[in-house]
Amino acid sequence: MSGDRAALQSTPISHGADWDFELLDQYHAAIAKVAAEFGLDTYPNQIEIITSEQMLDAYATTGLPIGYPHWSYGKEFIRNEQAYRRGMQGLAYEIVINSSPCIAYLMEENTMATQALVMAHACYGHNSFFKGNHLFRQWTDAESILDYLVFARRFVMECEERKGSEAVEQVLDACHALMPHGVDRYRRPAPLTLKAETARLKAREEHRERSFNDLWRTIPELAAKVKEKPDEVFPVEPQENILYFVEKYSPKLEPWERELVRIVRKLAQYFYPQGQTKVMNEGWATFWHYTILNRLHEKGLVDDGFMVEFLKSHTNVVAQPAYDSPAYSGLNPYALGFAMFSDLRRVCEKPDAEDREWFPDIAGSDWQKTLDFAMRNFKDESFIAQFLSPRLIREFHLFAVADYKAEDTLLVDSIHDDRGYRRVRKLLSQQHAQEIRVPDVQVVRYDRQGDRSLTLRHVRRRGRPLTNACAQVVAHLRRLWGFTVRLETWEDDVKLGSVVECSA
Amino acid sequence: MVHLIDRRPNAKGKSAVNRERFLRRYKAQIQDAVKKMIGERKLADMEQGGEVRIPRKDISEPTFTFGRGGDREIVLPGNREYIAGDRIPRPEGQGGRGGNASEGGEGESHDEFVFSLSREEFMQIFFDDLELPNLARTELGRTERHKSVRAGYTKWGAPANLSVKRTLTQSLARRIALSASLAQQQRDVQAEFEMAAAIGHASHAAALHERIEHLERRRGGLPFLDETDLRYRNRVLRPEPIARAAMFCLMDVSASMDEDKKDLAKRFFTLLYLFLTRKYVEVDLVFIRHTDDAEEVDEDTFFHDTRSGGTVVLSALELAEKIRADRYSNGWNVYAAQASDGDAFGADPARSARFLREQFLPRARYYTYLELTAPHAQDRASSLWAEYQRVQELAGNFAMRRAAHREQIYPVFRDLFKKDTVSTS
Repeated sequence: MSGDRAALQSTPISHGADWDFELLDQYHAAIAKVAAEFGLDTYPNQIEIITSEQMLDAYATTGLPIGYPHWSYGKEFIRNEQAYRRGMQGLAYEIVINSSPCIAYLMEENTMATQALVMAHACYGHNSFFKGNHLFRQWTDAESILDYLVFARRFVMECEERKGSEAVEQVLDACHALMPHGVDRYRRPAPLTLKAETARLKAREEHRERSFNDLWRTIPELAAKVKEKPDEVFPVEPQENILYFVEKYSPKLEPWERELVRIVRKLAQYFYPQGQTKVMNEGWATFWHYTILNRLHEKGLVDDGFMVEFLKSHTNVVAQPAYDSPAYSGLNPYALGFAMFSDLRRVCEKPDAEDREWFPDIAGSDWQKTLDFAMRNFKDESFIAQFLSPRLIREFHLFAVADYKAEDTLLVDSIHDDRGYRRVRKLLSQQHAQEIRVPDVQVVRYDRQGDRSLTLRHVRRRGRPLTNACAQVVAHLRRLWGFTVRLETWEDDVKLGSVVECSA
Repeated sequence: MVHLIDRRPNAKGKSAVNRERFLRRYKAQIQDAVKKMIGERKLADMEQGGEVRIPRKDISEPTFTFGRGGDREIVLPGNREYIAGDRIPRPEGQGGRGGNASEGGEGESHDEFVFSLSREEFMQIFFDDLELPNLARTELGRTERHKSVRAGYTKWGAPANLSVKRTLTQSLARRIALSASLAQQQRDVQAEFEMAAAIGHASHAAALHERIEHLERRRGGLPFLDETDLRYRNRVLRPEPIARAAMFCLMDVSASMDEDKKDLAKRFFTLLYLFLTRKYVEVDLVFIRHTDDAEEVDEDTFFHDTRSGGTVVLSALELAEKIRADRYSNGWNVYAAQASDGDAFGADPARSARFLREQFLPRARYYTYLELTAPHAQDRASSLWAEYQRVQELAGNFAMRRAAHREQIYPVFRDLFKKDTVSTS
């Protein structure tokens, strides 16, 4: 960072907790300037001030500004409202949406310091992450999501008018049950555009004309081709995107139902990167609000009172209670992510012997480039596997506990010592992997020639069973499919006894 | 460049439609809950919203998720004492180590989805089979004022309202209650220990000493503050009295009035009460029950306590008049509602009717009589009914109807107050 104190301004933008729109604008300009100094690349920002009631509304629809009506959002709303009214849960300072322009909601109750924190966090932290991270780039289209939401809402409401809200609700319920299994984890080849398709056809035609040889006609024909084998398995490869399979092949879905399935699938796909980059995304945003606001203080644009308040909020956000504390509710992604990015910067700027041994290629490198690289090219799983340092494992006192079915007690697998670092890091990385959190259930057979039944296969790993709710999910799927649906469980290529079946 | 948009003026009820859908989907469960609430509630509380509990499993949204079992490793933060290879007993449930007394209570609340119905939602469900139209609110209500007053303590609230004194009182009480038996045990064991030490029974004494220490630890382990201890100051908005009304509820509680009839009566009284609260900011309730003798009782006794005996209506009327003269003679609008099955004997009906006509009615705004009949005996007129019919002919502020089913209550009520609604609205 440049230390030319002469260029630094020394009068704070404001004092005290009150904010108005003019001040917001000034703070935003200052933050934007610092962010540009650090080379953060973002979508344009749109900042909206909302009340706490509106924040509760936004909570219910997972932050989306427009959603289709569904009872589950009502349930979510009631749950949050209740918790908020009873003082059991505070509200987030902000919600930010991965769209272009990037919309950030700020609560009117926030103080000036909090608003500044939130602007740095959401409008520059999250925003640059949305724009830069490969998962978001690959899977979501920030430009069009708002339009799509408008379309989805209108479509759902039209369906309700024509088909009755109950029919629509049934389809949506079924789709929601399968939402985690409605995402593509690997990219499909993009469908050819009409232009490319015609060009290809034309090229083939030309090739045929060029290589035409009348001689081929004189060769006697073989006997009639063997008919397709009736017991051919379809789909040829197991399909993991169950909603996509339903949308494409369900024998009974009406067109409007198919479109509903598609809408839910699109939303699931839109949220898919968020679930996989929780630690990175929050860590990145927290790291940048911390860095940007400290820089503002260095420049003398904010006073000490501002910093004290900011640091108080900041430390609350990055607190990590121990596993046996009453406040513990899992690893705090803000804490872990912030610590990892900060640590990464430290490794770049002031590496010690251990860092040189563990991170030979980044120790001592340019921290901005390294962080940018990390932000763009990883997800939680790989980010932890790559960058969690032994120092952090020590700081967090991380330890791995093994829970084996065959044993009466839990076993402490490894702790923060020389023997344990790699193992703890590997396990923590796996813990953030999609496959560990969402069971592996795939479509293996659609009996097209026979009774049109659909067979799913749950590949069980390490004996971890599904909950009983799986029977309800199968029933939901049957409603979409229209014919018998059964769920088999396999482990190590052996089919296990129990089959959940819901017949037509 | 940044766009700053002030969304605060936008409508806030964006989730209202989703909330309404949720209520509709679980209507049956909510109706059950409301029915239960009606039974437990006091008339004056009837109009408030209420807390509804729905078993969480009924409203869960199923997905394929992992259940318990199988092999897995979990990485946790905050290790202090373990090294690789240590064995830890498997925790019961998910509470981890150091489970304490409050866990049972928490588990319960996790199984139920609790939420509040607003006043309107509650009334809508309450009157679902009564088809309540909007009652006209009269001009009188315009000038009402509200004052925020303390109203005791609640278990839930914003942290700012935490009452430290109350909370600590609760905590102290809980700790005394929970540690009393431990202290007793400790004293006993201590005595035994001294005995054993005195006679030199060393191994026994050592065991006892260990036991004493164990009890000591358990006493020490009681949490100083528990979630159940928290108390919050509660404030409610109370209307400043501007127009006042006293409502007399008179009910026959003789043996022939069974629970069904009382339920009908309660709905009738509730309606009248609601009607009055729409016209008057403050409504006082007086409950008078009678068999062959009348007494003023509290609401709970009024609706739930059964008595046996004959029926003398006059006694209730006399008591009502006495109370009216004592407490509500000045500046009060007096309304009365009487519910009975009409089984009065001898000279009582005639004397009651006369007393009503000559003494009570001239000083009351309105008097309604509801005769509760058995579902299939509509045509048999009771002796009281016959006498009261004559009162109706003579007095303008008296009305009477019969009802046998829940659905009939509202139409009856509307009939009764048609004149009044027209004249005041």
